[in-house]
Amino acid sequence: MNLDIKLRVSNVEKFFPGVKALDKINFAVRKGTVHVICGENGAGKSTLMKVINGIYKQDAGQILIDEKVVDIKNPIEARSLGISMIFQELNYMPEMTIEESLFVGNWPKDRYGKVDWKEIRKRTLQLLEKENLNYAPETKIKDLTVSDIQMLEILKAISYNSDIIIMDEPTSAITQKEVEVLFKKINELTKRGTCVIYISHKMDEIFRIADEITVFRDGCVVDSRPKEDYDMETVITQMVGRKVESIFQKEDIEIGEQVLQVYGLTDAAKFKNINFQVCKGEIVGFAGLMGAGRTEVMRALFGLDEYQAGEVLIKGKKVNIRNVRDSIDQKIVMLSEDRRRFGIIPVRSVRENVSLSSLKKFIYKGRLHAEIENQTVADLCKKMNVKTPSYETSIEALSGGNQQKVILSKWMVTDPDILILDEPTRGIDVGAKHEIYKLMTMLTKQGKAVIMVSSELPELIMMCDRIYVMAKGEITGMLKRDEFTQEKIMAYATAIRAQ
Amino acid sequence: MNALNKSKLWANLKSKYSIYMVLLALFLVSWLANENFVSGENLKNISTQISVGTILAFGQTILIISGMLDLSSASVLALAGVLSVSAYKMTGSLVIAFLVAILVGVLCNVLNGLMVTKFKAPPFIATLAMMTMARGAALMYTNGQNIYQIGDYVVFGQGRILGLPAPIIFMIGLLVLTWYLLKHTVFGRSVYAIGGNEEAANASGINVNKVKMRAFIINGIFVGIAGVLFMSRINGGMPNGAIGYEFKALTAAVIGGTSFTGGIGTASGTLAGAFIVGFLDNIMVLIGVNSYLQQIVRGAIIALAVIYDIWAKTKKTKLKLGNVESK
Repeated sequence: MNLDIKLRVSNVEKFFPGVKALDKINFAVRKGTVHVICGENGAGKSTLMKVINGIYKQDAGQILIDEKVVDIKNPIEARSLGISMIFQELNYMPEMTIEESLFVGNWPKDRYGKVDWKEIRKRTLQLLEKENLNYAPETKIKDLTVSDIQMLEILKAISYNSDIIIMDEPTSAITQKEVEVLFKKINELTKRGTCVIYISHKMDEIFRIADEITVFRDGCVVDSRPKEDYDMETVITQMVGRKVESIFQKEDIEIGEQVLQVYGLTDAAKFKNINFQVCKGEIVGFAGLMGAGRTEVMRALFGLDEYQAGEVLIKGKKVNIRNVRDSIDQKIVMLSEDRRRFGIIPVRSVRENVSLSSLKKFIYKGRLHAEIENQTVADLCKKMNVKTPSYETSIEALSGGNQQKVILSKWMVTDPDILILDEPTRGIDVGAKHEIYKLMTMLTKQGKAVIMVSSELPELIMMCDRIYVMAKGEITGMLKRDEFTQEKIMAYATAIRAQ
Repeated sequence: MNALNKSKLWANLKSKYSIYMVLLALFLVSWLANENFVSGENLKNISTQISVGTILAFGQTILIISGMLDLSSASVLALAGVLSVSAYKMTGSLVIAFLVAILVGVLCNVLNGLMVTKFKAPPFIATLAMMTMARGAALMYTNGQNIYQIGDYVVFGQGRILGLPAPIIFMIGLLVLTWYLLKHTVFGRSVYAIGGNEEAANASGINVNKVKMRAFIINGIFVGIAGVLFMSRINGGMPNGAIGYEFKALTAAVIGGTSFTGGIGTASGTLAGAFIVGFLDNIMVLIGVNSYLQQIVRGAIIALAVIYDIWAKTKKTKLKLGNVESK
């Protein structure tokens, strides 16, 4: 028994259908310290935090507070036990004022059961004054900056008298100056004895703020030590080296001339000076941590978003892509990372989803040529190995992997030269992943160029001929196949070797 | 064929054709309830009566499938109708009168479309504004007075084509047109895609704004035609005519299985929906149901249709989850 320990996680396990998300997790957070948890995307950090916050229930193991076992059923209980969580994506109600949002769900009432606005105003002012924050209580949330909102969340946590505050990548959306303010606040909190669990994978931050560091990988704790016993290289080495779920032998495919050249692509808010080239038959990877700007670059290239400067050349000719139709006409297509949002038309059939981008191939001379459409859809779905009861089944009835193959089929109908695949294997099972790899190989054999954006390093290393690494909206490095190691990529991605 | 396949087939039939079965059942029950119901004259009357509302409903169907709606259709109908009647009285030309109605319908809907596509106004609000403006314009133009003595203009609504009342022929013609547009054109497929998932449709290369604008323009043509038929049937240009018809049209579309969450609906379903309401109204009159009660029944039917729509959808999702788990 150690009275210095505030929160202890003991042998916690959590299963999701087909995956063991957390495997016998053990670690302890001491009073008044900042405990950093780091790991790659999908290492299990967020899942564990959700268990601690009562959003998920663990399947085995225990959570202890002050060395007493607690059963946290929901976030409200977590709050009453002194746990607050500040989420990476802040959920807030833009039209609410500061004072309203501070007491959401917990509004003080007068004796008639009416919300007591006087009391709320009084308590808000007290809190703002105590924390030295200079906001008017009636300011609307939508008029605050992201870091202000974050401060407000911290304020909320303080107002609940939380002893444990969990922050999930709190600096992903704020500026360097605001980071300083946040760190100052964290220091104040720990001085009072509050513990902060800080999730991040930005190395410089981690080493500034941490008292202790725990590294996660594949749902396990790799190591947990005081900061003094760590250096950056060690942390990176421990983060990478994830197990490969499905081993795929990349085939040697002849690489042809350059088909896509991008020079100086810039969008002030999201990315700057992006230069890269892709050749026929080549698979080019884009690595980077979440928020590095990879998807944003691809969306701009595909005509979904505008960009401010830069040139795009296809087969040596300058092109001006203003919308998705232009892009498809220039033979560039993109499989989105968010399948539900940008990929499928859920209520419509597999057939309609496949033909969506090439309707003019089936509808001409004033009528729909159903026989041609059916034939094309059937041929492609067979080639792509789509498993569906029939082509008239609505796409939402298929598994994630099969939906992905349907979307790929949709793009194949347009006969593209360049395919951008953004997280093509996200959220699909191992077997389907393997099939996606096979399809990528087939495509490059046909002389198509593939750009693969992925957060899973092993699959990038397995599939790509070259990998560009991005960090903070810039390309920080490019590696050829014989130079690939997870450590090198991670070093560029965390920008510790940035030029 | 094994039992499982059979039950699947049956479920498929049920969900696809349930609306027509309801229509058939209602027809048979009405037949039993009152022998006058099934007379040719009565059925012809019902069809003529529902024609104007049904034509509006076809326009609504296209809009609702694409995730929009038109609250202004009845008001624009009135404006198009009175201007058309007035144009006939000035020129004596039925052709010009007809074209004026369509022009007015289209213009108003171009404005609707601009509000929705250019200024990103929700269709509900945009068409609510147009509903008020168009009715005001119709009243202002006529000074609130009905226009009478419309002479040969009545031929649109009271004439006969192939032995059938002209409105029925118009209704059938526009049914076929709507079916054709939805089924056999790039526009139609795009309408379904946009209603099903607008962002995915855009990311698939569909020009969402262009399609939405076209949907409104087509709706405008339908509204214009409905305006001509309405005024012609009641022998005058009535600026206060057709009040509440936009809801008749929405009712027919919803009962006919058009989903308000978008992406689902057919022209024939809407026609069936219109007939269900038509039959129900007619049989309630024939068997002497209290007219206030009639209104309650009509409302209850809408509620039932929507509950069924949502229920059928959640059942589908559950089925899907079941599939995944059993894997």
